[in-house]
Amino acid sequence: MNASASRVIDIADLSLTFETNDGPVHALSNVSLGVEKGDFISLIGPSGCGKTTLLRVIADLEHPTGGSISIHGMTPEEARLKRDYGYVFQAPALYPWRTIGKNIGLPLEIMGYSKDERTERVRKGLDLVNLTGFENKFPWQLSGGMQQRASIARALSFDPELLLMDEPFGALDEIVRDKLNEQLLRLWEKTQKTVVFVTHSIPEAVFLSTKIVVMSPRPGKIHDIIECNFPRDRTLDIRETSEFLDVANRVRQGLREGHSYVD
Amino acid sequence: MLKALWSGKTLPVLAVSAIIIALWYIGAVALNGDMQRDAFANANNTKYTFTDLVIGTWSQERPKLPAPDQILAELHKTVIDTAPTSKRSLIFHGYVTLSATLFGFLIGSTLGMVLAVLVVHVRSLDKSLMPWVVASQTIPIIALAPMIIVIMNQFDITGLVPKSIIAAYLSFFPVTVGMVKGLRSPDPLQLDLMRTYSASRIQTFFKLRIPASVPFLFASLKVGVAASLVGTVVAELTKSEDGGFGARLLAGSYYGQTIQIWAALFAAAACAWALVSIVGLLDRAVTKAMGAR
Repeated sequence: MNASASRVIDIADLSLTFETNDGPVHALSNVSLGVEKGDFISLIGPSGCGKTTLLRVIADLEHPTGGSISIHGMTPEEARLKRDYGYVFQAPALYPWRTIGKNIGLPLEIMGYSKDERTERVRKGLDLVNLTGFENKFPWQLSGGMQQRASIARALSFDPELLLMDEPFGALDEIVRDKLNEQLLRLWEKTQKTVVFVTHSIPEAVFLSTKIVVMSPRPGKIHDIIECNFPRDRTLDIRETSEFLDVANRVRQGLREGHSYVD
Repeated sequence: MLKALWSGKTLPVLAVSAIIIALWYIGAVALNGDMQRDAFANANNTKYTFTDLVIGTWSQERPKLPAPDQILAELHKTVIDTAPTSKRSLIFHGYVTLSATLFGFLIGSTLGMVLAVLVVHVRSLDKSLMPWVVASQTIPIIALAPMIIVIMNQFDITGLVPKSIIAAYLSFFPVTVGMVKGLRSPDPLQLDLMRTYSASRIQTFFKLRIPASVPFLFASLKVGVAASLVGTVVAELTKSEDGGFGARLLAGSYYGQTIQIWAALFAAAACAWALVSIVGLLDRAVTKAMGAR
């Protein structure tokens, strides 16, 4: 294996076909992608392009039917068993019978951390996502944005190298979303994690990423990979700059080319 | 003012109760009227008024349908005026029925939960056990109860236990069905989350499936505890020597003591209501501690 030290994810010729009653569905076809340590990769594309499926393959929640994938030189299953990644879902998926603090501590309980260690890490996690003081609240007492922040703290509580995020802000309104995007960027800067982020919002992808992977549907494949290296301490203001708009245009162009309107 | 009362809880409840009681008194006149006319005829009383007839139908000794106040008087007599140790006391019979009910409910709900866990976790049992669980409830308990009591008698198991077994037989079913649904209630997202942590089956069970099943469990426990009481009463119809509401019903129908039957029915209903309420209070306390709003 040619995995260099900084290579976090190595995907080559990956394909995944779901067998359904209506015949096979090619969710992913010949996908190749390398993710370096510290990258912030956005997967963008219309629905049905396989972006979520690709993320789920990385997380070992789906199994590829062809090609190869390695995470830190391991199979996705080994990586999952080693608790190499934290996963943030579309919905916060907080357990309603647990307080916010207990929700953030859930992975720690499962992984067998001591009580003191758990308390300390939950405190840090709450602080990281600005939820200090909400430890003993139940999820329904928090707004949607706060719930999603809690779920990010939960994913980071055991300090995984890799953060996988599946449209985490998709259900939130634009104002909250902007705010969380900025906070996520600060968090990424602070923790130096590698992030793979699924989205269907062009500004979100351009604002957050170091690399934007434009995908196209039927069969799901990578259409283009766009480098996007704004300084790490960027703020929302860069969205007004011409460089930002250039990249956004390239992404939009890519999405347009990749999408066939025949159907 | 009236509108505010009507949109509240008290007035509608009172209104419905009043209507039922009124219909009841009318029904008593209709059902007991013939017997009352016969009684007047036997006494050569031909000059009775309508009021005499109505009052007569509400105060017979063995009416087809006793009036509510007659049942209340009987309840007062057998609950308050009679010593609880007496075999004529409904407190005594209530104690007999409730002890068998609670013991049976304990067995039934435990069995129900164990079965649910097995059905959810052992795939082959879902297919092989569930049909039997369902089939068990298609047999009328009234037919099964005497057989269970006779068979257990063969093994010298008498007293409380056979009745509790029948109570358990009725109460395990709702608990199994509800608990299976509850244990399967976590959505794919919640399960995927556990998978991303590489949680073991046991961890997923205790940290996700069990807490998720709690609301379902309490709903079925409420049904189960009432079913348990029904089972005990049915068992007491067969095995009446120890007393209990069932025995009281049986004796009442034997001697045509309709007032006694109705009083026992009301007492049993009150017990069922109390049991369901206790489970309901427990439900509220537990779900509140688990973050229900």
